[in-house]
Amino acid sequence: MEAQIVYIGLAAAFGLFMAWGIGANDVANAMATSVGSKALTIKQAILVAAVFEFLGAVLAGGAVTSTIRKGIVDADLLSGSPELLVYGMLASLLAAGTWLLIASHRGWPVSTTHSIVGAIVGFAAVGIGMEAVKWDQVGTIVASWVVSPLTAGFIAFLLYQSVLWLVLQHEDPLARAKRWVPVYIFFAAFTITLVTILKGLKHVGLEISVRDSYLLAVAIATGIAAVGAYFIRQIEPDPKAEKEQHFHTVERVFGVLMVITACSMAFAHGSNDVANAIGPLAAVVSVAHTGAVSAQSALPLWVLMLGGMGIVIGLASFGRHVIATVGRKITQLTPSRGFAAELAAATTIVIASGTGLPVSTTHTLVGAVLGVGLARGIEAIDLRVVARVFVSWVVTIPAGAILAILFFFVFKSVLP
Amino acid sequence: MSNVLANILGASPVMPLEKHIDVACRCAEQLAPLFAAANRGDWGAAEKAAADIEALEHEADDLKKEIRLHLPKSLFMPVPRQDLLELLLVQDRIANRARDIAGLVMIRRIQMPASIADDFLDFVDRVIDAAKQARKSVRELDELFTAGFRGAEVDLVAGMIEELDRIETDTDARQFELGKALFEIEATLNPVDAVFLHRVIELTGDVADMAERVGRRLELLLSD
Repeated sequence: MEAQIVYIGLAAAFGLFMAWGIGANDVANAMATSVGSKALTIKQAILVAAVFEFLGAVLAGGAVTSTIRKGIVDADLLSGSPELLVYGMLASLLAAGTWLLIASHRGWPVSTTHSIVGAIVGFAAVGIGMEAVKWDQVGTIVASWVVSPLTAGFIAFLLYQSVLWLVLQHEDPLARAKRWVPVYIFFAAFTITLVTILKGLKHVGLEISVRDSYLLAVAIATGIAAVGAYFIRQIEPDPKAEKEQHFHTVERVFGVLMVITACSMAFAHGSNDVANAIGPLAAVVSVAHTGAVSAQSALPLWVLMLGGMGIVIGLASFGRHVIATVGRKITQLTPSRGFAAELAAATTIVIASGTGLPVSTTHTLVGAVLGVGLARGIEAIDLRVVARVFVSWVVTIPAGAILAILFFFVFKSVLP
Repeated sequence: MSNVLANILGASPVMPLEKHIDVACRCAEQLAPLFAAANRGDWGAAEKAAADIEALEHEADDLKKEIRLHLPKSLFMPVPRQDLLELLLVQDRIANRARDIAGLVMIRRIQMPASIADDFLDFVDRVIDAAKQARKSVRELDELFTAGFRGAEVDLVAGMIEELDRIETDTDARQFELGKALFEIEATLNPVDAVFLHRVIELTGDVADMAERVGRRLELLLSD
């Protein structure tokens, strides 16, 4: 019994640390665009992030959590020695956390998701055996890491292109913005709610028919768009800051949209990335409780709460500072551009979450920003940094794996 | 702390370019008080205007270096990097010409002969108009980027550049008339002075030429 308490205690500590790291660092990417464009203040951004990260984790994070927890390692092979899974998951959490700490200290753009998946595959393949890894599933996950930034980039390209056509290239962009931004708000709210209802709600025990799901999503999205339209009507041009085309005021109209996409982004991030911290924890908890490797046991609520709390603590302690710093640096992403990137990334991530695929939020967002850039929306993109993202993408997987293997053998010899 | 998103978005050259033309234009604007003071024989005031021109020219130079430093080859931009660098170069020449003029006026204590002084000051005002119109056009650069260099905004800027061309044509005509008027009174002047008076008129006209070339460079960005 004591051994189990040690396992759960360690896993909870490591999981909390990981969640804290996600909150301190990763969330900044999701929220900084909205802060940088002054659509939200820092305080509002923290609040939005805390609420929607949490909602995302609870309402739509179940599928990814179960992928991390039991989709990569073949649990059947471990039924004889469940403690191996415990050591492995502990080692993975510690390895991913350590690697992220090193990487963020060095300023390398690594992904939490890549670290944890690399770590789990590493300990399973070397610590247990090549046959313990569900390679087809791992293949799908790795493919999704290529597909998700491409998809987000493609959606962002189309979105920004549509903004150019519908609003920015016209005689009176302000009137056009006031007409079209509520439509974008509807689209943003509809996508996120629909995916959540279709894919997420059954993890919290709600079943809604497909037809009702669509109706509900349309109703919610219409409501949100109506509220947005109300706020947009209040916006009047500020004669001091204006030139002929009123772009300054146009950006303020898009600022309303940014509030919605910021919520979507936080929600999407919560739905995908919280799993990186609590997936391994959930695996350890279920083994420790039942004493067996069970694929059926439900996700305990306190595990989700712990993940959500860790993120909020990370946000409150370091995250606000990171968000402010990043927000100041990315002023190029004005609301009309930032929304396209955020909405494209959020949509892609939420769909991935619904399918249970752990993707990288940051890389997806980078893909989306490049998509806006290809639509001639970004004044200057540094391709050297893009290359570095790609290198870190490749390096992170073996790095996470090697660390996890080391920690696995340490735990195996030290822990009871 | 280094962040991917912040690093991927390179330093945008747009606002610095707008700032640079502003400094260059203010530099050219100082030519009006310079010539007014010189013609009055108020060399104290002229000295002050010349010093302002010198300082603004330095500021423009510093901005130019700063912008170049932040435009590495690895940047991916909606318009060719080379076009922006060349726009920057012609913008900078507005300030350079103004400085050359100020230097010449102060060294040789140049004063316009009374018979053409008023026409010359009008000509200077018109040259400054050209610089201001160039500034107005370049200030639309951020809007052009926002609109992806297409649509109504492009027409707006094209209209501004046309106006710039009209102003420059006007300065050409005035420069020609001034040259003729100066030629007619040359006999009454010290020959060396006469040569330098022609030179000052020519250099002042150059400022408007540079402003017009800013328009040409901007136009290249519009046409793709």
